Amino acid sequence: MSSFSPNAHVLDIAYLARLARITLSSEEIELFSQQLDRVLEHVALINKLDLTGIEPMAHAISVFDVTREDDPMPSLSKNKVLANAPHQANGLFIVPKVLE
Amino acid sequence: MPTLTSPFLSIAEARRLLVAKKISPIELLEGLEKQINTINPQIRAYLSWDSEKARLDATNADLTKPLGGIPIGIKDAILVEGAPAQSASRILERYIASYDATVIKNLRSAGAYPLGRLNMDEFAMGSSTESSAFHPTYNPWDLTRTPGGSSGGSAAAVAAGMAMATLGSDTGGSIRQPASLCGCVGLKPTYGRVSRYGLMACASSLDQIGPLTHSVEDSALLLNALTGVDPHDSTSLQLPKEDFTAEIGHDLKGIRIGIPKEYFVDGIEPDVRARVEDAIKQLISLGAQPIEISLPHTEYAVAVYYIIMTAEASSNLARFDGVRYGRRSEKSKDLLSLYEQTREEGFGAEVKRRIILGTYVLTSGYYDAYYLRAQKVRTLIRQDFEEAFKKVDLIVSATSPETAFRCGEKINDPLKMYLADIFTIAANLAGICGMSLPCGFARKDGNDLPVGLQLIGPSFAEKTLFRVGHAYEQSTIWHNQHPLIVPPINE
Repeated sequence: MSSFSPNAHVLDIAYLARLARITLSSEEIELFSQQLDRVLEHVALINKLDLTGIEPMAHAISVFDVTREDDPMPSLSKNKVLANAPHQANGLFIVPKVLE
Repeated sequence: MPTLTSPFLSIAEARRLLVAKKISPIELLEGLEKQINTINPQIRAYLSWDSEKARLDATNADLTKPLGGIPIGIKDAILVEGAPAQSASRILERYIASYDATVIKNLRSAGAYPLGRLNMDEFAMGSSTESSAFHPTYNPWDLTRTPGGSSGGSAAAVAAGMAMATLGSDTGGSIRQPASLCGCVGLKPTYGRVSRYGLMACASSLDQIGPLTHSVEDSALLLNALTGVDPHDSTSLQLPKEDFTAEIGHDLKGIRIGIPKEYFVDGIEPDVRARVEDAIKQLISLGAQPIEISLPHTEYAVAVYYIIMTAEASSNLARFDGVRYGRRSEKSKDLLSLYEQTREEGFGAEVKRRIILGTYVLTSGYYDAYYLRAQKVRTLIRQDFEEAFKKVDLIVSATSPETAFRCGEKINDPLKMYLADIFTIAANLAGICGMSLPCGFARKDGNDLPVGLQLIGPSFAEKTLFRVGHAYEQSTIWHNQHPLIVPPINE
């Protein structure tokens, strides 16, 4: 962490788009690259702070391991769930062939 | 005296009229629909509304319940069974909600019913409602300006008398900032107060549903109905049932209001600052005691927010893949390109930008530098508030550093847009409650534009917000001012 320098970021938008499963156009890649560089410059503000010994906060409230009795409960019906699917048949979601 | 044609009838007043049988729920609904039909074509706050369904709900209204017969406008991110719900995104084309969000169930059990779908920034990402995939919404006080966002439709509908009250959601100011820019009352409850089940997740550790209303009392009445633990949302808290109107009408003697020096800096429009300073004087004259405080990590809030918010949003929005619901690209050849093309076609620019940024800050190698550091600074921001609330009961500031900005002014400059939320974001990071209420006007280009006063309270101190907000509101004239676009009552 100590080796991190705020200016060292290399924003490889095309790579990030692949990770995020979005096909971006070359115009989008160029535009986002410029815009997000500016945002990251602002975000680098947090590097000014000495954070030794500070606990990270993942959530606004401390809620841990909320459980309930392991009893079966009704859920949405299959018809209701499939009603919004772009392609469905025989009670299943249809997607392009995954295995040849 | 409000009549059944008054577009600005409060819930409290409407309930009195309904119970006294001076108006019927159908008459109330028809009055509102008349407003919507007249004004919505210019403001474009509603995306759609189901008149027949609403008539059925109004006909069956149980007036013995606390909100019996009251229609509530709903932000497009909140599910109402059988109604479209798209979070103003193309990726949810033709999506019809298959269940009621818990807040909708709660409203129904209190006797209220949902009316219409309200415009928003796509997936609540924005501060102007311009990133809606459908169309922008315009500010009722000046149609060349934005209503703020992301709950811009919810705020504009209330301000223009097209809704008695609405629900919005607030991740970094998305209820309070549009309430400020449109001149209504907007509440972000304490994190955990209100179930998020059935609210499309933007950033799960920050999101909270809340009401936008004509008055502080209405805000408390709605919160009474919205709260409660929900087994479907493990972050909703088991809290004793309370009446949020209980301290309304109490005076302000003994109330200590904190004035954070970091919130009165350069960058606030002079008129906004002057109105907020007037409001503080008014609170003092009502008996409140001012105490200068410091929230030293304020300057880091926007940076922390845009790391945490985008990280959470990038994972939450992974569910939109073209398989189970919404749009699917016709161009795909295989499963991978189905995901990639669907998301390219379905998401707008701001959503893509934030998914990319969120993916980046979570990428191995950058996680510690961004996400983990941001979580630590979030701790410091919360500690600032904990320290401050040892000395004061609530904190007073401007809700937004500016009045409504022009359409197009910031849409091509994301950083500028992000900084619009500079005074509201910290409350979400800390999980505490906040409210915006009208505190006057600033004149710009011949139009009076509303200024919003923000009251920030510690966790679970909503009653204090209502007490102070109501006392201020009732001692000023601001809540009685309405935009000229609303035609005068002709009865």
